[in-house]
Amino acid sequence: MSVILDIRLKRANKVYHEAEVLAGVVVITSKEAVQHQGISLTMEGLVNLQLSSKSVGVFEAFYNSVKPIQLINSNIEVAKPGKVPGGKTEIPFEFPLQVKGNKVLYETYHGVFVNIQYTLRCDMRRPLLAKDLSKTCEFIHVLQPQKSKVQPSPVDFTISPETLQNVKERNSLPKFLVRGHLDATNCVITQPLTGELVVESSEVAIKSIELQLVRVETCGCAEGYARDATEIQNIQIAEGDVCHGLPIPIYMVFPRLFTCPTLETTNFNVEFEMNVVIVLHDDHLITENFPLKLCRV
Amino acid sequence: MINQHFTVSFILFMFFRHARVRKYGAELQRCQLEATPVEQGDYHPLKPIIVTDSRSRRGGRKGSTSSSSSSSSSVAMDPLSSMMEGTDPLSLFAAASASEVPTLSHSSSSVELGRKQRENEDEVGADFEPWSAKRGEILSRFTTTEKLSINLFMGSEKNKASSPSSAVSEKVRTRLEELDDLEEGSQRELLNLSQQDYVKRIEELNQSLKEAWASDQKVKALKIVIQCSKLLSDTSVIQFYPSKFVLITDILDTFGRLVYERIWSMCSDPRPQPDSFSVEDVNDTAKETCLNWFFKIASIRELIPRLYVEAAILKCNRFLNKTGIQETLPRLTAMIRGIGDPLVAVYARAYLCRVGMEVAPHLKDSLNKNFFDLLASFRQIHSDTVQNQLVIQRVEIPVYLTLYSPAIHWILQCVAYRAPDVLLTEMMERCKKLGNNALLLNSVMWAFRPEFVAARATDFIGMIKDCDEAGFPKHLLFGSLGRSLACADPAESERLPILNEAWKVITKVRSPQDYINCAEIWVEFTCRHFTKREVNTVLADIIKHMTPDRAFEDAYPQLQSVMKKILTYFHNFSVLFSMEKFLPFMDMFQKDSVRVEVCKSIMEVFIKHQQEPTRDPVILNALLHVCKTMHDSVNALTVEDEKRSLALLINGFIRMVSFGRDFEQQLSFCVEARATFCNLETVIIQLIHTVNQLAMETKRVMGGNHSRKTAAFVRACAAYSFITIPSLTSIFSRLHLYLLSGQVALANQCLSQADAFLKAAVSILPEVPRTISVEGKQRSSEAFLLDFINSFLSTLLVVPDHPEQGVLYLVRGLLNMVQDYTWEDNSDAKVRVYISALPLLAAMSQENYLYTIPKVDSNETLYGGDPKFVAEISRLCETLIGQVLDHLKTLGREEGVRRQGSIAFALFSVLLAHGDLRNNKLNQLAVNLWNLSHKNGYCETRTSVRTLEHIKQQAGIWIFTCGFVGGIWFGC
Repeated sequence: MSVILDIRLKRANKVYHEAEVLAGVVVITSKEAVQHQGISLTMEGLVNLQLSSKSVGVFEAFYNSVKPIQLINSNIEVAKPGKVPGGKTEIPFEFPLQVKGNKVLYETYHGVFVNIQYTLRCDMRRPLLAKDLSKTCEFIHVLQPQKSKVQPSPVDFTISPETLQNVKERNSLPKFLVRGHLDATNCVITQPLTGELVVESSEVAIKSIELQLVRVETCGCAEGYARDATEIQNIQIAEGDVCHGLPIPIYMVFPRLFTCPTLETTNFNVEFEMNVVIVLHDDHLITENFPLKLCRV
Repeated sequence: MINQHFTVSFILFMFFRHARVRKYGAELQRCQLEATPVEQGDYHPLKPIIVTDSRSRRGGRKGSTSSSSSSSSSVAMDPLSSMMEGTDPLSLFAAASASEVPTLSHSSSSVELGRKQRENEDEVGADFEPWSAKRGEILSRFTTTEKLSINLFMGSEKNKASSPSSAVSEKVRTRLEELDDLEEGSQRELLNLSQQDYVKRIEELNQSLKEAWASDQKVKALKIVIQCSKLLSDTSVIQFYPSKFVLITDILDTFGRLVYERIWSMCSDPRPQPDSFSVEDVNDTAKETCLNWFFKIASIRELIPRLYVEAAILKCNRFLNKTGIQETLPRLTAMIRGIGDPLVAVYARAYLCRVGMEVAPHLKDSLNKNFFDLLASFRQIHSDTVQNQLVIQRVEIPVYLTLYSPAIHWILQCVAYRAPDVLLTEMMERCKKLGNNALLLNSVMWAFRPEFVAARATDFIGMIKDCDEAGFPKHLLFGSLGRSLACADPAESERLPILNEAWKVITKVRSPQDYINCAEIWVEFTCRHFTKREVNTVLADIIKHMTPDRAFEDAYPQLQSVMKKILTYFHNFSVLFSMEKFLPFMDMFQKDSVRVEVCKSIMEVFIKHQQEPTRDPVILNALLHVCKTMHDSVNALTVEDEKRSLALLINGFIRMVSFGRDFEQQLSFCVEARATFCNLETVIIQLIHTVNQLAMETKRVMGGNHSRKTAAFVRACAAYSFITIPSLTSIFSRLHLYLLSGQVALANQCLSQADAFLKAAVSILPEVPRTISVEGKQRSSEAFLLDFINSFLSTLLVVPDHPEQGVLYLVRGLLNMVQDYTWEDNSDAKVRVYISALPLLAAMSQENYLYTIPKVDSNETLYGGDPKFVAEISRLCETLIGQVLDHLKTLGREEGVRRQGSIAFALFSVLLAHGDLRNNKLNQLAVNLWNLSHKNGYCETRTSVRTLEHIKQQAGIWIFTCGFVGGIWFGC
């Protein structure tokens, strides 16, 4: 005798804004009637912080993991204790996404050291001798788009041996000149990052040009704070010895879930940066860094 | 019972000595239909039905059915030929209904119609050569013998979700697991593949893509596609790259289609129209899935797979928003700039154009943009990176450049499709500005409208001349130009200079293969616009180039094509053969099979286009030579079909030969032809027919009175036939030809020859096998033999008896042969012959024969109704009837009652038609036969009823004895 519990949200993409109502059905599939002591739904929002082993040492990272921050935790009853008939039963529910007090709901974000997750859990309590059933389903919280307009902040850049920092032997570098611009560093998260790049000249043939999207996560803890930069994705925009003088488009879509509007809180920060990486044929690696500010408009 | 009847009839048959006396003239008159004058303007079913105004049909069907007599009846018009003028009722109705349909729908929804028409303008029409047409050509052209490798790192894609958190949904988890599987086992590199292996592998990948998709492993499917498109960034065996592109884009197309269909199937019911749905019709689930695909693809690390895969599912943008495709195309176009290798880039552009033309043909801008980007990055082709690569792979520049052709052709074809002339001119100007633009120029000539190119042919020649010799081979350029000129005509005054300029270059081409490829194309232009003089010069040049080292051996397809083109434009064979170089050109086809092919094509054209018979010695000699070549190719291994088609062609030629009134010349031609074509029986038969016809023609010319000279000639003809016929193997051909020739000889008063023919025919009768093969199956020859004998019998009526032989010498001879022939067991054929000989004997006993041959005295005159002669006939009849009755008797004993009935009825019919039933005994025999035939009830009632009606009718004319009719009635 198996009972299957499932939650189905009405919205296909599972994206909700604050103060919206999560509507859906709890589906109970069973061959026979099921006796239960109540079915309830729990909505939970958590920020999980983890310290990286790099910044605080292995053991501390393991033991000292920071307590998760609860953003939201509310509960409703879907069904009073009773019996669910055999077959497939659908119980509709509506659950407002509303925070108590003055807490702030952050956007859903899946990172390495910072994870912001919202879940909807359905619990079916059952009498003695039967296991309680539970089913969890993640939904995505997205901030209400702000009304304000983002000032586009175009950035022009030039990369040449002279502009590079932390180079040991500047003389051994081949000559090259790359110009370009980003249309904005204040990016709207739903819009792609755009810009252009021109290889004006290069002594050594170019092997590849890539855009690297990096998250910079900062967690505060007892010993101070840890700041780590990790790669989210790497997008190649040029392969091989590209035509000199011809503008190459810079274009990158921000991946969902792995990016969120830039976040600064008392306990943790989530920021983003973009690197333009130029790989030369002799395996020289040239990187130019651009901090980004993501927002939702 | 039966025996009783026959005891009666045996006494009777002795008295069948009176054939009914026939008055043929009177009978004919009676049987003729009444002549009624044909009224003019009468309805005739074959007259063209002309619908004068299809619109007026709304009122009723009057217009369509009334056959307005368009041809005034005074002009005698052949109803069939008038049908051929395209006014046949079927096509008319079709046309009418076609014109009616839009008018109807127009009234109902004119708005929609307007929209449709507008859309149609954007659609790609049938005049756009589709990619599928190019596919095969590219695959066959770009091949390699080098070893290839496929590098599949199925797991190399780093998945972004590096730490699957606890809350990942079931689905995601299974997908991740799936991915791990791939990561472990599939990191493989396949080295040292031959081209076939490579193609096979790719096909396997295509299959596994479909399987993965079908088993709902979408992630695996995507991975396969990504890995495949990654192969396109590899240019290690560069000669094979175009083919590789074709193979892999096939997979991409499959993938694009699968994704599109899947998302489309997710749209909830009612499903939107496949082609014209708007974004509002798409539900959220479908949109979300679609969006997922795009996000997934946007995160593909490498440029080339990302580009190709996104292009592959370009069509899916339609599920998301209206402007999606419009925005994506330019972005993808710009993205290609990031591809460093010019060859990879140009093929990526070609793919984008291909998808663009398919999905959104109205978006011309991005096509143009693609082309301009291509021009902008054109110098990449000569960059150091490329040069180094070529050195390593040991590929020469001209070869390398031709690798570009398919892609650039395609891009330009897309750009030029229905583009205004202004745009094309601009494109051309831009190409001109680039240094070493031969490659582009070639594609421009290839892809732009032939009319456009033809109008500027002189300019093009100038440009071609300016090209750098080292890069793209010039003969290819001229080849492309020639191809355009073959389809569209340049201005009249420019034609000769164009030809001169072009040929000046072509003739300098060293390699015979290159030369003939180019020359073949230009032959068409030459044939189209110039006379035999120029074509002759061209042929001379071709011969000059192709003869050294027997270069022609490798160029048969091209040479054949040259021949075909010449034959397309030159139908006058006297002109054709008067070209000095034509026959030497033909001599270059030295491989037998090719040679025969060429000869066949010549003969086909000759038969098709030669309107009237010819006696031109040039044509005759040349064609005889051609035919001889065809004939000589026949050997023991030649299949029957091939022989037949060859013989058909040769026969066509023989029929076209006529020396007018010079009959002797004609005969000697036939003699020569017989010697030449002795292996093809069909041709020999044709020759005999020709000679027979010749004899008849001679008779016609002489008005039936042969002079001494013509008589001798006609006898010569007969002799020709007589000695030719025995060489045939087919027995029935021999029989029929003997008979026919005998008839011809008889008609020409060659009595002894006729006699010889008929005697020969009779003498070979025993040789007729009992089965012959008809179309590969063994059939009984009986029916054929009966046919022949009947027709032979009817000829015998007019053949006079040989003075030195006995009476009815030939008839007896024939009947003896029939008697001795080994007929099939259980066959009535012999008796049937006897029955059918009875009417002949009856006809022979008349005073005036049914038909005679002018100037030939038949037996009627020879014997003048001599009673002895009549008595002889009667005796013969008696014998025959006796034989038939014997046979009937044997049938009665066996299981053959049905056959007995039918033979009895046949004999009865003959007696009824030809016998003198006033003779009592004969009358009684007839009645007995009637009864016998009806005894077992196998007789067809309808036939019996008709027969009775006939008897009643006859009874009014002749006096029947009551007993006869009564007897029959009694029998019924």
